[in-house]
Amino acid sequence: MDQLSGGEALLRALHDEGVEVIFGYPGGAVLHIYDAIFNQDKVEHILVRHEQAATHAADGYARGTGKPGVVLVTSGPGATNAITGIATAYMDSIPMVVISGQVESRMIGTDGFQETDMVGVSRPIVKHSFMVQNPADIPLIVKKAFHIATTGRPGPVVIDIPKDVTDPKTKFDYEYPADVKMRSYTVPAKGHSGQIKKAVDVLMSAKRPMIYAGGGVIQGEGSALLTELARKLGFPVTNTLMGLGAYPASDKQFLGMLGMHGTYEANMSMHYSDVLLAIGVRFDDRVTNSDVSKFCPDATILHVDIDPASISKTVVADVPIVGAVTSVLEEMLSQIAASKQTVDEKSLKVWWDQIEQWREKDSLAIIPSADGKTIKPQEVIQAVHKITKGDAYVSSDVGQHQMFAAQYYGFDKPRRWINSGGLGTMGFGFPAAMGIQLAFPDAVSVCITGEGSFQMNLQELATCMQYKLPVKIICLNNRALGMVKQWQDMQYGGRYSHSTYEESLPDFIKLAEAYGHVGIRIEDKSELDEKLREAFSLTDKLVFVDVMVDPEEHVYPMAIKGGAMKDMILSKSERT
Amino acid sequence: MRHIISVLMENEPGALSRVVGLFSQRNYNIDSLTVAPTEDRSLSRLTLTTTGDERRIEQITKHLNKLVDVVKLVDLTEGAHIERELMLIKVKATGAQRAEVTRTTEIFRGQVVDLTNSVFSIQLTGTSDKLDAFIAALGESIVLEVARTGVSGISRGEKILSL
Ligand SMILES: Cc1ncc(C[n+]2csc(CCOP(=O)(O)OP(=O)(O)O)c2C)c(N)n1
Ligand SMILES: [Mg+2]
Repeated sequence: MDQLSGGEALLRALHDEGVEVIFGYPGGAVLHIYDAIFNQDKVEHILVRHEQAATHAADGYARGTGKPGVVLVTSGPGATNAITGIATAYMDSIPMVVISGQVESRMIGTDGFQETDMVGVSRPIVKHSFMVQNPADIPLIVKKAFHIATTGRPGPVVIDIPKDVTDPKTKFDYEYPADVKMRSYTVPAKGHSGQIKKAVDVLMSAKRPMIYAGGGVIQGEGSALLTELARKLGFPVTNTLMGLGAYPASDKQFLGMLGMHGTYEANMSMHYSDVLLAIGVRFDDRVTNSDVSKFCPDATILHVDIDPASISKTVVADVPIVGAVTSVLEEMLSQIAASKQTVDEKSLKVWWDQIEQWREKDSLAIIPSADGKTIKPQEVIQAVHKITKGDAYVSSDVGQHQMFAAQYYGFDKPRRWINSGGLGTMGFGFPAAMGIQLAFPDAVSVCITGEGSFQMNLQELATCMQYKLPVKIICLNNRALGMVKQWQDMQYGGRYSHSTYEESLPDFIKLAEAYGHVGIRIEDKSELDEKLREAFSLTDKLVFVDVMVDPEEHVYPMAIKGGAMKDMILSKSERT
Repeated sequence: MRHIISVLMENEPGALSRVVGLFSQRNYNIDSLTVAPTEDRSLSRLTLTTTGDERRIEQITKHLNKLVDVVKLVDLTEGAHIERELMLIKVKATGAQRAEVTRTTEIFRGQVVDLTNSVFSIQLTGTSDKLDAFIAALGESIVLEVARTGVSGISRGEKILSL
């Protein structure tokens, strides 16, 4: 048994937990820990340029790999800077462990230098938190933190460590627990067989079924089983913004994303469905629209989720099933295989005929610019898809560009679409892409961003230089906070209150170059393909591609506020 | 409807603030709250009263159960139960009023636990309604101070809340 200090024990425990990389930023309260980092070579530390970026990078890493992201920040401002990233991970149920330094135990409560009550400040946005009181508690607390962060409905866990706890002078016998049991924390077991039977009966008698699958399917590694089930049943599938990639976008049973900016066919099929199989979703208001009483009026709702609190929270489920998506889907498949019942093929045929009619509306058709030169933002996403063969990791920020990426990239695999769906955090995309690139050095990591969002974490250009991370940043530059402007167009008589920047936009090409990267500007449609290809051909370089796009473009379809899912604005001149 | 929820939770720092924080964060109200360690010092029992329709109470109990510190909970109002609240009340009483206060206290089965020439301190246990009724019977004009513990409760019969 080794005699270790708290700082050394923390690093050893991270290694014992299988952690390969942590994202952090040093400061007084964590200097003992940083010294322990210096003295080992098992866990790699990535020095970001802002603690918010550390959390988003760890988050991107987690979304891409399925492994927990790990963050290390100092007390006070280091800890508070991490808050936005913790909240982002919390809203999207991302496994993350955030280690924050704290002032010495004897100073707690004295308003000491760089003291913030991190456990208190982060309380509403964490799955759980710990304050370490003794160095010898570190192994068990780390074990518990990772257990809680990664099991059940995943989420961020904070470990706050007072400086004296990591003091190199205080050593103890280190041993990492093999496993952990907590009487107050149990992970839901398999779904209830009786409930699954009920659900299967409903599915078999469905006339207008719809599968509505979300981020839970991706988090729970249920994509393959979902695909198997959907194909076996022959039912249409839609994915939420968080669920893109859970079902292959290129499959003919896929109707596209649903919700606020969902396709016409997905939203119409939702509204007119008689059976809704909802898996790993939470009936978010961006899906249901604001008035849930108008949501899917004819549907019998089967809701599968690992979190009982998500079930019947906003929309009441007729058949609730609490359990891990994989176990529930497996049992559904075996019950269906054993059942004598078959799906109602005749009704299903009629339903699909109807869906095909809706599909013909082609709600995502792009209208090229009249002058033939102006680039439409959607065209950029399509070109990126073509050049990357639809196989890139695509992160995004928040705004119109995010919705265009979600609508037009077409994700065939889970964990490829990395975006802040729940909190909608501008500034998320670039550091997340950085985390992805670290996890997958040979993969193409693309960040689709806007000139507004990018400026919220652009300091990470330096981190990418230091660690040679060849992220491809595609900026859909519309010279405005486009999504804000769109709402101002639609609801505020076109009064652009603080959604444009006058003449203050930086020269992004020079900016990229100032950090030692490559910058490429694209202004004319004729050069779009060629210049994008050039950017992606520079495989070992970070390239910032500044694409000037049509600033007048809106994201459509768009749900009509207060309406049902069938109520959509389809273009500047057409509504349902 | 009013519900009494009893929660067994880890007797650890931060546990109480997580419960209370959950209520403010999700816009649920707490009408009363009482908490103390159980016979097993590693566990605390917290009892709170809240109001809401069935769906709201279901959400409250689900979210409470999700808290990592919470081991078990029961909505006592779902079944037959015993509920008690303790009140210490100080009233001003001189002259003929003194006999009146003593008689009212006896009727309510309270106890005078301290007195001076002009002030009675009375202890009373019972349901919250009974405590309210006592205050009303004394007459608010003579009440100087009220300290109530909030509701504590337990199920009737064999049913128990323990590990
Ligand atoms: C941190 C943060 N602040 C504000 C917002 C509100 N918001 C949502 S989209 C948006 C505009 C984003 O502009 P840009 O990044 O240029 O994207 P565009 O919509 O133009 O594509 C704003 C301000 C947000 N989501 N996040
Ligand atoms: Mg913009």
